[in-house]
Amino acid sequence: MNVILFHLMGYADLDFEATKQYETVWVNLPNSFYDPVKGHKLYNRYLDELEYAEELGFDGVAVNEHHQTAYGLMPSPIVMASALARRTKRVKIAILGSALPLREHPMTVAEEHAMVDVISGGRLISGFVRGIGAEYHTFGINPTISHDRFHEAHDLIVQAWTKPGPFSFSGRHYNVDYVNLWPRPYQTPHPPIWVPSQGSKETIDWASHPDRRYTYLQTFSPAKTVEKYLQSYRDTAADYGYEAADSQLGWAVPIYVSDTDRQAIREAKHHFELFRNRLLKMPFEMLLPPGYTSRDSLKRVMAAKAMLSQDLTIETAIEMGMIICGSPESVRQRLEEYWKSMRFDNLLTMLHFGSLPEDLTRRNMKLFAENVLPALQSMKAGSGATAT
Amino acid sequence: MGFEESYIQLNGCRIRMRRGGKGQAVLYLHGANGAMQVQPFMNELAKDFDLLVPEHPGFGYSDEPDWLENIQDLAYFYLDFLKEQKLDTVHVIGSSLGGWLAMEMAIREPSRFKSLVLVGTAGVRVPNILPGDIFLWSPEQMVRNTFFDQAIAEKMLATPPTTAEEQDAQLKNRHTVAKLAWQPRLFDPFLAKWLHRIDMPVKLIWGENDKIMPPAVGRMLAELLPQASLQTYENCGHLPQVERASEFSAVVKKFIEEA
Repeated sequence: MNVILFHLMGYADLDFEATKQYETVWVNLPNSFYDPVKGHKLYNRYLDELEYAEELGFDGVAVNEHHQTAYGLMPSPIVMASALARRTKRVKIAILGSALPLREHPMTVAEEHAMVDVISGGRLISGFVRGIGAEYHTFGINPTISHDRFHEAHDLIVQAWTKPGPFSFSGRHYNVDYVNLWPRPYQTPHPPIWVPSQGSKETIDWASHPDRRYTYLQTFSPAKTVEKYLQSYRDTAADYGYEAADSQLGWAVPIYVSDTDRQAIREAKHHFELFRNRLLKMPFEMLLPPGYTSRDSLKRVMAAKAMLSQDLTIETAIEMGMIICGSPESVRQRLEEYWKSMRFDNLLTMLHFGSLPEDLTRRNMKLFAENVLPALQSMKAGSGATAT
Repeated sequence: MGFEESYIQLNGCRIRMRRGGKGQAVLYLHGANGAMQVQPFMNELAKDFDLLVPEHPGFGYSDEPDWLENIQDLAYFYLDFLKEQKLDTVHVIGSSLGGWLAMEMAIREPSRFKSLVLVGTAGVRVPNILPGDIFLWSPEQMVRNTFFDQAIAEKMLATPPTTAEEQDAQLKNRHTVAKLAWQPRLFDPFLAKWLHRIDMPVKLIWGENDKIMPPAVGRMLAELLPQASLQTYENCGHLPQVERASEFSAVVKKFIEEA
């Protein structure tokens, strides 16, 4: 299994008390609550943590993109990936992902990802996402054409990476007379493409298609849900007439390790609950603008709406497998069980979440790396993190 | 006054229409909420006019054609519709999104329109004055912000759509509104420069407490349209035709008869 440290870079210094009156930290939480001096320290601390992952033996590091939110401070994950490209030597660098429909011109994504791939000597994993519903409110991009723009931007980027230039591209949303990428990506035919998602059918159908076979990552969800969607990917692949490799599947999950189960829960509780119950929370209308999902999916989510907006304790979240938290032994066991039933070859470990402070984050990483990581890395069923 | 329901097939799209009354042809273009029901003001107007109330493509029980991508598509559809219905000239009443649609039609073929009544209309933007964020409001906020008279809002909230068909129609309407008006939000930046072509009489009607389309839009349109007058209602929200049904109908009747 490939084990990757996935950092969300949440604004851990947020004054959670003073911002309590706001329904959400997305879209319209006043940016006066952001302190650039604290932000300076935080960015450098988080980058240090990602670099530390290489020292500890992780296979990769990962960053993601979110806009105008205290949930995550990476409106451009590419900026972080380029810093990491210079400061690391061995690990894969995963951008999970760039929100294609939010870009005015997808060529800029093709170019910037190619730059990181060349600088890092072919260590880039490219992730493509649509951006979450809230970002269609902040950017004003029309959510009803989100899928369309995503698919067309994807086609343009992959062609720009693989077809000899110059050539022309004609689409509904993008028209480019001279596609001629300088630099071209380092990897051939192009960096692996991963698709993080919360499990929409449209995304699974698209990612698993035989023309693509992109690695599908189920992001922060209860273990049962993860199992359901990874199986759905396998089933869809089977319907397409091929067997999905384990390397096509991944799971992004918060993990916290301490000396004992009780101590782990005690240390992680406050920070995890802030992450789940404050940073992730947003009104339904913000999360799912019209057209962002099909109306059938929308109706399904509406039916489960009450449950989604409920606060969770860490104890319940552990039971549901939304976080894996405990002694090294418990965490290893839990992950082994999950791996045996789901056979994902890529594990995105979120070892920092919410307001988890630096000392606990680094101890979490160290305990995980020393006591859990080697066992996971030896669980091999398929090929490495190189699905294209 | 009875309204007759029919379905009309045009440009590969089937739409539902209600039509009632006799007299000059008046086309009612509904707003974001659609026109699922025949409303009291429609009955009132049908006493004096031949009132046509179609459901736009993408709304209610009408089809959702692939070609429908923006408000201009809808404007061309309705110009074809007038031709198909053999209506050389009409009066139009447009509410909100429907008012915007009426203006998009009128700048293209002004000679077909005898008059326009634009109610809390969308279509233009007063710099730095935003419409209410209808896509961020919860369903309850949406209803409350539509009316000044909260008794009407309470009544609506107490009787939410119950059948699956009605609920689907609501989701469908919302989807189509997003398609047409998400960005630029509820206006067309290229419309204002052609408003001089709308040289027929125009009545602008606005609730002074409209939380969806700010009354400043009405004041701006009164300046930009060559033959427009603005009438506002105190203690009234986004739908004067509902909150002030009888006054509204009387004003519109008089205006159309004099136009």
